[in-house]
Amino acid sequence: MQMPTPSNSILSRKGHIVARLQSVLPEGAVVHDPVQTRAYECDALTAYKCPPLCAVLPASTEEVSAIMRICFEEGVPVVPRGAGTSLAGGALPTEDSVILGVARLTDVLETSYDDRIIRVQSGRTNLSVTGAVEEDGFFYAPDPSSQLACAIAGNIAMNSGGAHCLKYGVTTNNLLGVTMVMADGEVVEIGGGYMDAAGLDLLGLICGSEGQLGIVTEATLRILPKPEGARPVLIGFDTNEVAGHCVSDIIKSGILPVAIEFMDRPCIRATEAFAGAGYPDCEALLIIEVEGSDAEIDDQLARIVEIAKAHDPVEVRESKSAEESAKIWLGRKSAFGAMGQINDYMCLDGTIPVSELPRVLKRIGEMSKDYGLDVGNVFHAGDGNMHPLILFDANKPGDLEKCEAFGADILSLCVEVGGCLTGEHGVGVEKRDLMTKQYRPEDLEIQMAVKDVFDPKWLLNPAKVFPLEASKGRRG
Amino acid sequence: MTNLTPQSEAELADLVRASSGPLRIMGGGTRPIGDVANAQVLSTAALSGITLYEPGALTLVAKAGTPLDEIDAALRAENQMLAFEPYDLTGVTGAKGASTIGGVVATNASGARRVQAGAARDFLLGVRFVDGEGQVLKNGGRVMKNVTGYDLVKLMAGSWGTLGVLSEVSLKVLPMPEHVMTVAVTGLSDEDAVAAMSAALGSPFDVTGAVHAPACIEEEPFTMVRVEGFEGSVQYRAEKLKELLGRYGDVTTSENAEGWKAMREMVAFSQPVRGSGGALWQLSLKPSDASPVMAEISDRFDVLYSYDWGGGRVWVWAGEEVDHSALHGALQDSATRVGGHATLIHSASAFEGPKFQLQSPVLSRLSQALRAKFDPRGILNPGLMGA
Ligand SMILES: Cc1cc2nc3c(=O)[nH]c(=O)nc-3n(C[C@H](O)[C@H](O)[C@H](O)COP(=O)(O)OP(=O)(O)OC[C@H]3O[C@@H](n4cnc5c(N)ncnc54)[C@H](O)[C@@H]3O)c2cc1C
Repeated sequence: MQMPTPSNSILSRKGHIVARLQSVLPEGAVVHDPVQTRAYECDALTAYKCPPLCAVLPASTEEVSAIMRICFEEGVPVVPRGAGTSLAGGALPTEDSVILGVARLTDVLETSYDDRIIRVQSGRTNLSVTGAVEEDGFFYAPDPSSQLACAIAGNIAMNSGGAHCLKYGVTTNNLLGVTMVMADGEVVEIGGGYMDAAGLDLLGLICGSEGQLGIVTEATLRILPKPEGARPVLIGFDTNEVAGHCVSDIIKSGILPVAIEFMDRPCIRATEAFAGAGYPDCEALLIIEVEGSDAEIDDQLARIVEIAKAHDPVEVRESKSAEESAKIWLGRKSAFGAMGQINDYMCLDGTIPVSELPRVLKRIGEMSKDYGLDVGNVFHAGDGNMHPLILFDANKPGDLEKCEAFGADILSLCVEVGGCLTGEHGVGVEKRDLMTKQYRPEDLEIQMAVKDVFDPKWLLNPAKVFPLEASKGRRG
Repeated sequence: MTNLTPQSEAELADLVRASSGPLRIMGGGTRPIGDVANAQVLSTAALSGITLYEPGALTLVAKAGTPLDEIDAALRAENQMLAFEPYDLTGVTGAKGASTIGGVVATNASGARRVQAGAARDFLLGVRFVDGEGQVLKNGGRVMKNVTGYDLVKLMAGSWGTLGVLSEVSLKVLPMPEHVMTVAVTGLSDEDAVAAMSAALGSPFDVTGAVHAPACIEEEPFTMVRVEGFEGSVQYRAEKLKELLGRYGDVTTSENAEGWKAMREMVAFSQPVRGSGGALWQLSLKPSDASPVMAEISDRFDVLYSYDWGGGRVWVWAGEEVDHSALHGALQDSATRVGGHATLIHSASAFEGPKFQLQSPVLSRLSQALRAKFDPRGILNPGLMGA
């Protein structure tokens, strides 16, 4: 993967830039020692690494604004960073960039149960937002698997999803307002505690813009009352195709599960070896969770089982207790870890129309043979968001490149059948050069024109989202 | 001037490219707002038809000019629906046209279920549109999860035709509930009604609508809360809510859903009921700010109003004897002060000035700059949305 050549002029001014930043921040908030900046050299896409010029850790919107003003004046690129769990290289620095980390911005600023909102600083972790309201019976719905670590700032930048988004939507559907610092240090408020911010939907535009339009420092989020309970059913099938049809039939029937998760045989075998959840050894497995009172759950699960029975399942395991639920989820939750035990893996994130599931899974199986690399599939089937995990050996020369080529082929296939390159992880650097598969030049051009408006010097999160070739004329 | 009525997306692009504007973009003409001076009407009426409907994937793609009725009928045949429940303004405006899906999306028109399910913008998966230079552009797609590139889909929703002319939209649809019940409380003050609705919406019983008709429009004020789903579950939750709301007043439950239809059609503010000289505003606030703001407004102006979204939205109506311009200013000021916005949705009197909420200087500057990118010649609905 190619990154732009760092600016010598910036590198040579490091001392001066660091000194200016130190002048507006408390002691210890500027990390510039080359040993310490290594802590920021990559996110969860560890294949790519590059230490930044320095990192800054502001503790207020005012400090962020002061930093941005300096970087704007000095023409220094800024890479915003939450918890660094991006799987797309969204927080990957360039050598001449300042990492702006929001880890010190963790306060809850306001909670209103009457209005069902919470306002937090953006560095707060996803899970601790729920943590702040859960004793009172509320929760924050978007639940990426990384929720223990990832920050609201990163969730907003990536428009992150989670297992429960089939019912509750992703970040953009649960975000009501932000405080954002623009590239030149100006502070802007968009939306607030009310629904549908006024004017053009800038909030919708900011969410998912991968840190390229401004630094989000505060967010107003929608919180929801916790359901009375939730329980899953596990259903095994002989073929992926039948499992796919079953998903479609459940959706059509009017039941709205909170989650429909899908695992294929390679993934089932790996998790069994790893976690011993007692999954049946079958071709495809669905975990479907519903919510409500005990009686409501029983009723919905019975309806789901009835639909599944029409598809000759090899196994149906309905949870009757919290213990059984935990056991059913155990395998799914350890799936990534289990695959990681076998080998290095690359996790893809393309989305396809649900109706294309069987065809796409079959094609991925064929490609896996051609490339000679194993793939496990575990994903959110209800909304077609696939997560093929391609196994490779990082120590074997050429394997990473082969894996990347295979991944690119799978994502092209997703686009071909009417889907997209990424459903929740974002483009980052990882899928940057594939953007031309999904968008024509003019469709990319209008997106870049939007960035021109917010970030005329193109200093924010450089070399992400847009193919370098396409953004060449705009980057300094 | 004759109306422009392109027959295809390609023709639409040609017409926009050849036009020197100003153009007034029109779907069914049922959600007019403000006016575009000396404009030629560009109608999407002939860009009509459902292009793809996959009930098993909960997705529908339709050309922008497709009548809402046609979409509703297709969905009903599969027991599905547009979950955001677009409201019907024709009773209020007296407009004769048929609402189109493009118009619904462009105005982000959502009804009572928005409080639980989300707004039109939340169900919009993809758009095709023609920008101010006559270029066909697309963003998003037809799948439910998509974070590939910037989300211009959301930006186009609610942009009132100022960034481009929508030619095709794809939407997520939802199953139609098998059963609906209404839990109603009568006789509540505005303040208590908002508190009761907050209690219902803060309960685990999955309320899909919470509205209040106060004393100004109903002799006996009533508050309605809706639950939907499978019959047993709906009955269970309605009973639970009846218990919960008992402390606010007399509660009844019923299977009658007429009240929700009347809300959606805004019967209380419609011309058959109120005559034709009125004006209607939509106020979006935090529910806890709603009743204090309305107490202030109704002290100063002779208005009728009702609460939706548990108090998160207030519909405010005033007859022709009220100074619409002064009321507009007062609503905007209140919204600015407490956080929120006020938008004029319909007015029989053509008062001067912007009809949308005025925004902070930075936000207006950003919005203007975005418009200049999408429509450099400024020919699409100039004057709307404060520019
Ligand atoms: C094990 C694992 C499981 C995961 N599961 C899921 C999942 O289920 N669903 C899902 O959607 N994702 C998942 N992810 C991906 C990742 O956790 C999400 O993308 C997350 O939102 C990133 O948050 P972060 O705080 O770590 O952001 P970072 O990785 O630090 O940054 C992500 C992006 O946000 C930008 N950014 C950060 N802070 C700001 C700010 N203040 N203002 C503007 N931009 C900013 C960065 O520049 C970068 O582009 C998973 C990752 C891992 C490692």
